Amino acid sequence: MPIWLFIVVSVIKSAIVLGVLLTAVAYTVWLERKVVGHMQNRWGPTRVGPFGLLQPAADGIKFLFKEDLTPPHVYKPLFLAAPLIAVVFALTSIAVIPFGNPVMIDGYTIPLQITTDVNTGLLLILGVTSIGVYGVALAGWSSNNKYSLLGGLRASAQMVSYEISLGLSLVGVLIMAGSFSLTQIVDAQAGHFWGFIPRWNIFPQFIGFFCYIMAAYAETNRIPFDLPEAETELVAGYHTEYSAMKFAMFFMAEYANMITVACLATLLFFGGWHGPIFGPLILREILPVFWFAAKVFVFLFIYIWVRGTLPRFRYDQLMAFGWKFLLPLALVNLIATAIAVAW
Amino acid sequence: MVPLSYYLVLSAILFACGVTGFLIKRNIITIFMSIELMLNGVNLSFVAFAAHWHALAGQVFVFFVMVVAAAEATVGLAIIIAVYRTRETLNVDQVNLLKL
Amino acid sequence: MISIHLILFLAFGAVALAGAINLLAQTHPINSALSLIAVMAALAGEYLLLGAEFVAAVQVIVYAGAVMVLFVFVIMLLNAGVEEHTKGSRVAVIFGIPGVLISSILVAWTVLQHSGTEEVAVGALPGAPKTIGVLLFHGFLLPFEITSILILIAIMGAVVLASKPPTGPPAASPAGGPRKVD
Repeated sequence: MPIWLFIVVSVIKSAIVLGVLLTAVAYTVWLERKVVGHMQNRWGPTRVGPFGLLQPAADGIKFLFKEDLTPPHVYKPLFLAAPLIAVVFALTSIAVIPFGNPVMIDGYTIPLQITTDVNTGLLLILGVTSIGVYGVALAGWSSNNKYSLLGGLRASAQMVSYEISLGLSLVGVLIMAGSFSLTQIVDAQAGHFWGFIPRWNIFPQFIGFFCYIMAAYAETNRIPFDLPEAETELVAGYHTEYSAMKFAMFFMAEYANMITVACLATLLFFGGWHGPIFGPLILREILPVFWFAAKVFVFLFIYIWVRGTLPRFRYDQLMAFGWKFLLPLALVNLIATAIAVAW
Repeated sequence: MVPLSYYLVLSAILFACGVTGFLIKRNIITIFMSIELMLNGVNLSFVAFAAHWHALAGQVFVFFVMVVAAAEATVGLAIIIAVYRTRETLNVDQVNLLKL
Repeated sequence: MISIHLILFLAFGAVALAGAINLLAQTHPINSALSLIAVMAALAGEYLLLGAEFVAAVQVIVYAGAVMVLFVFVIMLLNAGVEEHTKGSRVAVIFGIPGVLISSILVAWTVLQHSGTEEVAVGALPGAPKTIGVLLFHGFLLPFEITSILILIAIMGAVVLASKPPTGPPAASPAGGPRKVD
């Protein structure tokens, strides 16, 4: 494929994926407010548009017009840079996530991910997650406020601790698939056991899936692990001093991380875009993307369901859970998988 | 195609910056960061030579250098915290008495 | 010969050098820490140019994402402030900077004089995780196990050094019945 065509196709893919992702972030907020509202026996947003569907637009306009206040004693360069770091690295990890089978147009095979099929796709996502910790830590420190500092330190210590369990829980999947490339991991889940149970990684790797879900909930600072940003505990944690658009950027970063985690869980444990394929050619091309989106939606629903149901951990319980229970469990999973595959 | 010597010169300059930082800085944490900069310069040299001689052992060695650097940073920062608790300062010129 | 390889090498190299010089020039340690993170990211780009994709990913995950987070934590916890200048530091600046400058120019000149026309292609030695893993667990198994023990020792040492010193024998409990201590 000539270089100019590759660049044009990549720009088009980036534009489409970013547009879909940012809309998905906005509507995940809407979904959360509706679902948590119904779980708490109330309606959620209903006034702005039918079923409150224009609520994200109203929120966006509100954030744009709010007064952007910079308190006087903050460390200005980092105060301004921290939400940028959080958002940029939350959106970057989408670059290596494939959404479906490669499509053939005009004799060129175009993979449905922004980059081509990277050999070390999973490692890049882990790397970007590691760098995202800086957004939180620097926001807490630069705010020059004891609540923000404590919230930032707690949040970044929590994220760093659970990154290890996150990585280890994925190694079981890697052993079974034999590659870091996300497309090859999905392709290793084609086919069926005994004719009707799909060969998804969740069935052999349910312990790995449990570790991944717990670690991912802690990485994205969601209930039951959201003490660092709990309003009743620490004022608002690391984003206390932020208002208007900068606060909206932290919010967007959190939901974009949620969507990335849901996409990864789908790719690694639930067979990615494999599902029943039927119908004419154009339908066959679109159905894998539709199955992928449906599975990601189920994941996001589970995320929001857990948020509406569980109380939050205290901080020492949270750290003890991460280091003393989840890490040994992930190691046991790794050893069991390695022994099973070696035989 | 980039000549191998360009990589080596970049590695040497990074190492020299690390040595300079180690000599002129007075804050103990910045001195530690200069040590990490020196280690990074050496890592670049290893990977460049591994690519030049097609010896994968160079990249494996970078792995070990990173592990040792992480262990050293951990223990070094713990020592800094312990020294700060007693001396209340991070300036190496003021940590000049064996016993307070 | 200007190729995209040379342009990318110079771009990443310029970022690495700018970060290294900024580390020396800044007075507040948090700025130095952020410059060092920029250096590490630029070096990860250089490793990718040389084909070492696993090493580049590990550099970002371990070095820039864990070791530097540790440095930033310690700077935040100890509330490190701007450096002050002492007599010793002025002497070091007067003698140190020219000395290191001269020696580094000497080294660079020697290397460039004696280099032949050996060139390194883009992605010269593909360091796929699988091949590195095989080498690590077959050829380098003993160093691997020894470094794992080294990390264990470092963890134990750090926990012991950074924990609060134990207090003396507990005082007599005040009258008032049993207390539930959590």
